[in-house]
Amino acid sequence: MPKSEIVIRLGGEGGEGVISTGDIFTLASARTGYHVFTFRTYPAEIKGGHAWYQVRVGPRPVLSMGDQVDVLVAFNLEAYEKHKHLLNKEEGVLIYDPDEVTPEPHPKTVLYPIPFNRIARQDLNFVRGKNVVVTGVLAGLFGLDPSSLTGFITQRYKRRAELLDQNLKALEAGITYALKNLTKADPYYLTPTERVGRLVMSGNDAIVAGALTAGCRFYAGYPITPASEILELMAQTLPRIGGVSFQAEDEMAAIGSVLGASFAGVKAMTATSGPGLSLMTEFMGWSGMAEVPCVIVDAQRAGPSTGMPTKLEQGDLNHALFGGHGEFPRIVIAPGSVEDAFWQIINAFNLAEKYQVPVIFLSDQSLSHRTESLLKPDLSKVQVVDRLRPDEEALENGYQRFAITETGVSPMAVPGTPGGMYVAPGLEHDEKGHVDNPLASHEKMVPKRFRKLETLQKELEAPPRYGASDARIGVIGWGSTEGAIREAVERCVAKGIKVAAIHPKVLNPLPEKYIEEFIRSVDTVIVPEVNYTGQFARYLRSIFGIPVVRINKWGGLPFTAGEIQRKIEEVANGR
Amino acid sequence: MVVSTMPLTAKDYKSEVKPTWCPGCGDFAVLSATFKALADLQLRPEQVVVVSGIGCSSRIPYFCNTYGIHSLHGRALPMATGIKLARPDLTVLAMGGDGDLFSIGAGHFPHAARRNLDILVVCMDNQTYGLTKAQYSPTSFVGHKSKSSPYGTVEWPMNPVLLALAAGASWVARGYSGRPKQLQELIVEGVRHRGFAFLNVQSPCTEFHNTYNYYDARVQDIPKDHDPTDYLSAVRLALPQEKTLLGVFYRSERPVYEEQVRAFEKVKVEFDPDEFLSRYG
Ligand SMILES: Cc1ncc(C[n+]2csc(CCOP(=O)(O)OP(=O)(O)O)c2C)c(N)n1
Ligand code: SF4
Repeated sequence: MPKSEIVIRLGGEGGEGVISTGDIFTLASARTGYHVFTFRTYPAEIKGGHAWYQVRVGPRPVLSMGDQVDVLVAFNLEAYEKHKHLLNKEEGVLIYDPDEVTPEPHPKTVLYPIPFNRIARQDLNFVRGKNVVVTGVLAGLFGLDPSSLTGFITQRYKRRAELLDQNLKALEAGITYALKNLTKADPYYLTPTERVGRLVMSGNDAIVAGALTAGCRFYAGYPITPASEILELMAQTLPRIGGVSFQAEDEMAAIGSVLGASFAGVKAMTATSGPGLSLMTEFMGWSGMAEVPCVIVDAQRAGPSTGMPTKLEQGDLNHALFGGHGEFPRIVIAPGSVEDAFWQIINAFNLAEKYQVPVIFLSDQSLSHRTESLLKPDLSKVQVVDRLRPDEEALENGYQRFAITETGVSPMAVPGTPGGMYVAPGLEHDEKGHVDNPLASHEKMVPKRFRKLETLQKELEAPPRYGASDARIGVIGWGSTEGAIREAVERCVAKGIKVAAIHPKVLNPLPEKYIEEFIRSVDTVIVPEVNYTGQFARYLRSIFGIPVVRINKWGGLPFTAGEIQRKIEEVANGR
Repeated sequence: MVVSTMPLTAKDYKSEVKPTWCPGCGDFAVLSATFKALADLQLRPEQVVVVSGIGCSSRIPYFCNTYGIHSLHGRALPMATGIKLARPDLTVLAMGGDGDLFSIGAGHFPHAARRNLDILVVCMDNQTYGLTKAQYSPTSFVGHKSKSSPYGTVEWPMNPVLLALAAGASWVARGYSGRPKQLQELIVEGVRHRGFAFLNVQSPCTEFHNTYNYYDARVQDIPKDHDPTDYLSAVRLALPQEKTLLGVFYRSERPVYEEQVRAFEKVKVEFDPDEFLSRYG
């Protein structure tokens, strides 16, 4: 039976074109109407080391990167050795360069030996065109409309006629090779479907798009994987729209300048990864104390220390929730998908402005770097919140920057406003910001500041819920694992298992009411996380006092839906 | 709010908060010179932001009737950078101690200087840590005995004026709390300067390291024939001297950072989310 949902994995040496082949193929598939979901991982070095790219393509929405590999494209022997065990046992396809790889017998696998290197070097005299040759082969094999590929290549090289010509020839050579020299023996077809105007974005792209939509006009960052693309895209975009993007000398300067800009009345953000978050921590406390809003994106990577810079770990939750000295209110948000990143970063800005607190936004290596197809977000649904400003009356009558209010939120004056002068203090202070009576001030100001979170908690909506309405098993996840969890739950429900999942996006304060309801409604709670210590599981246990079944993975790679599915099945079977 | 159009006086910049410094502390002179300089410049108090780090000297924003930030130890310059980049219309003064600017915050100083942000940085240099009660600082002289250098520090001191010159500050001067009139004039000139202005003030800590006598005997104005636009001559004068030279070492004109960063200001467009997202289609 022909199949149009395919998981393709490409592996090879870093810098060899594995990632670009994957990207071109993914975009072309999306342009012909397919849903896509990618994952990439490459060595921290610039050249050499092993890189691989996985794309799952399908006619229906794809939620995760897929379990097994239907098509393995091995650029070299290492790729073959590393990934062969993941090949679909029944209907696998192995595409390889016979000059590099001599595969062992694979009785049920379709083998397509294709001399990529020879085609690129000898036939085309264009060694760097290997990635496009491979793309052409894939298009030819699976029937992907070549016009979407030529369109894409033309766009990319439109200003470099010679390269354009070479690349188009390479593409042609790949397609021709597949059609002439290979006998189609696999069941996979990406025949053109209805073209829907879907976007293909990475998590980092979505974060920038959402931040700018929310009104961010100041960005500061220090380069770090996997957050650097945010800095680069901001640097490209902000200057032209009346904003400023600033490459700071370190992360303390990044967040310091963000808070300076925010104090001055401009919505501001920084993005970093674990090591940078550590450096920003002292300023997080200042932001909480002085009530100056900011948004801090942490694209988590495997730590501690430099760890595995290009690999995934949901390892910074504890830091985001509890990092820092003293007690201060903070909001922690973790998006579940690329599209969600767009909406949640808008939410992050709105909450930062509304409650005048630091908001830590937890992306991760998999979400920041993966691409997903999505319908263009409905921009009529965007709501932008600005911070509370003092009115004339407040300014006339001895303005109190830290006035004690029921919500905890006090009107914030912006420099330039007559009558609004105050000092944003790191010291404990009274309503006016005076620091001369700290004991009395601390007594009333700590609850005042925390009241903001209490106010917010009452406003939080129910987190998204998937699966059976009469579930006995409940899965609670956070962050980029949402798609894999949802897919696992849907598969189990299809098998008759009574399971459901909720996936809160605001992690501090938690929408406790809804989570409590969910926990009460099930017998067993499962918490999957890509970390060793089960940070979210412990957090839930500390609040709700319940035992949880943990699923942890810490090898630097995301969950597959299958891994979560197996655990749910184990629990369902009483194991 | 109705804004008075009367000429502003030094008092208009003074907040209701009384300074908590020890009697005779050099920082008093810096504070009152700042008030007078702001009055000379007739800057609207709400257009001024005084940013500091942590230390005795860094308390200064609380005493000013302007906008202010009392940030973290060492982090006045990043905050000043963010304010000035976001709001070039504001006058930004970053003020703090030698420990704040040249120990824990030293990593920021050369970058702010080379970028040539249009701000004035004032270091109240008392060559000790006042707030933490008498440890040695990066500008303490060799042999300085303090609680943390009971046998005398063996560290070669930092030379803030020379450092500022090396880092690319476009205006560099030294003042002394014992010469308040000159201090006031230097602050006026430093604020007026278009670009990164650095003023190091020898500001004795009467409590832990009283250097009034030392400086009274050693300060001397920079020779009249010095040409402040002559960089090499400025560097020569900044090297350790018999005397502690006061006045403007260096002055030059260079494009200002916040303006260069905003090069597209005149042709800027409104952000269009729909257009931005469409690029990914
Ligand atoms: C991160 C951090 N480390 C240490 C301190 C303690 N501390 C406060 S002020 C200070 C030094 C102050 O010296 P200086 O900046 O020269 O200012 P002064 O008090 O002499 O005016 C130190 C070490 C702190 N507040 N924060
Ligand atoms: S301890 Fe020294 S620096 Fe601090 S206020 Fe007293 S005299 Fe001034």
